[in-house]
Amino acid sequence: MLTYDLEAEGLRGLNSSLQRQTIDTNQNNWEVVNPKGSHAIAVGLDAEIEVTVRGSTGYYCGGMNQQATIHVEGSVGPGVAENMMSGVIIVDGDASQYAGATGHGGLLVVKGNASSRCGISMKGIDIVVHGNIGHMSAFMAQAGNLVVCGDAGDALGDSLYEAWLFVRGSVKSLGTDCIEKEMRQEHIALLQDLLARAESDAKPEDFKRYGSARQLYNFDVDSNTIY
Amino acid sequence: MCGIVGLFLKEKSLEPKLGGLLADMLITMTDRGPDSAGIAIYCADNGVQSKLTVQSDRADRDFASLAADLSHEIGSEVKLQRNDTHAVLEVASDKTELARDALAKCRADVRIMSGGAAIEIYKEVGLPKDVAQRFQLSRMSGSHGVGHTRMATESAVTTDGAHPFSTGPDQCLVHNGSLSNHNSMRRKLRRKGIRIESANDTEVGAAYLTWKMQEGATLGQALQTSLEDLDGFFTFVVGTKDGFGVVRDPIACKPAVLAETDQFVAFGSEYRALVGLPGIETARVWEPEPATVYFWSH
Repeated sequence: MLTYDLEAEGLRGLNSSLQRQTIDTNQNNWEVVNPKGSHAIAVGLDAEIEVTVRGSTGYYCGGMNQQATIHVEGSVGPGVAENMMSGVIIVDGDASQYAGATGHGGLLVVKGNASSRCGISMKGIDIVVHGNIGHMSAFMAQAGNLVVCGDAGDALGDSLYEAWLFVRGSVKSLGTDCIEKEMRQEHIALLQDLLARAESDAKPEDFKRYGSARQLYNFDVDSNTIY
Repeated sequence: MCGIVGLFLKEKSLEPKLGGLLADMLITMTDRGPDSAGIAIYCADNGVQSKLTVQSDRADRDFASLAADLSHEIGSEVKLQRNDTHAVLEVASDKTELARDALAKCRADVRIMSGGAAIEIYKEVGLPKDVAQRFQLSRMSGSHGVGHTRMATESAVTTDGAHPFSTGPDQCLVHNGSLSNHNSMRRKLRRKGIRIESANDTEVGAAYLTWKMQEGATLGQALQTSLEDLDGFFTFVVGTKDGFGVVRDPIACKPAVLAETDQFVAFGSEYRALVGLPGIETARVWEPEPATVYFWSH
């Protein structure tokens, strides 16, 4: 394992070293020590490497990730895994605002709680939160799956497109055009896989599914007079 | 942006280190706002009845005989302790209002930063490290304090526009965000006799809390009603003589992290600001909930 001391060696050195790794690298395992809440740790990676961050991070950890597995042994600031394309990011602690925002693919696991706007505008990413999520989560979420083992805050899935939302606990309120939907066998199977990969022992049968009522997709001519 | 820090000590033995810890936290937040910086520090000294922190752009001239002039005006002893562009005036507590009036009369250019039994406010235009150095913040001790580094939005980059703002005895407020109804609220509060000195939105937030508390609300209640009455984005950290509070607006865009141990409660706009605190590794660290009032007191 290669050890990188972020405090001593700086952020640019870390990210350029990690970004240099290619498909045939033999430097597969990295650890980052002394992260001390720094921003933009391990962003823009594009190789099947494993990066372990020994502590908590600031803004945008693991942003734009492709292929890499990033494990944060602490909490993360706003925008973890923003626009992730593929790979896995695991956060042992909590995640701040807009975790997994606009993510296209890959898996984000938050073992603590995620705060507001989790999965906002997600476009194909899978997000599993072991704890609770805050308000306005999955706002305008387009594709992918958001799985919440705890409770969801206000306005879940407001203006939702075709992402699937699964919540085991309570939902404080649903956003506009988000409704509860039937759990079918395909959803149970999907949850089984995601929960296993996220190391959660929650039972798929305990979840409720929420999705788009699809009432905002087209302009309703009956609304003409209210403008 | 703007960066906020706050530290409320439960452990008395840390008090001599308060200024140093706060200064380090504030300097870490420099890139959230490099325009100006300030701190409010609470140090209750039993020997001091009441103090006014004052500031002058021409401190040499204004402070030279200020203590003697004020003593003469109010007929009571005034002591002055200068710290760069600021000075702390010790005044008998029943003479504070007289001293304020006398100051306006004999030193019109001198600004009053704060007044109370414990609070002192130091703020200037410039980077946190420069501001910390010019006031020697690391030498200050106290029971709790808040700090702010500013990226200006709602008013000019001046000493008057820097945070913290104090609009009532031993009260102060720092703010990350912007208030959109500050002009109408300022007019309303001025009509009610609340003193507001600047065109800054945050001062209106501070004045709002002062007004509510004058009307009989506790700080907790005042923070609760601020969620209804103040429009805009805010994460507020407030200080009182013996307390420290945090509230975020319901949308909660402006970042906030709290940490608590047996020794302290700390606030930072980012976790980065907290990493130098003793025992942070084992602290309970969490993001304060939107529209929820948090408050600690001694």
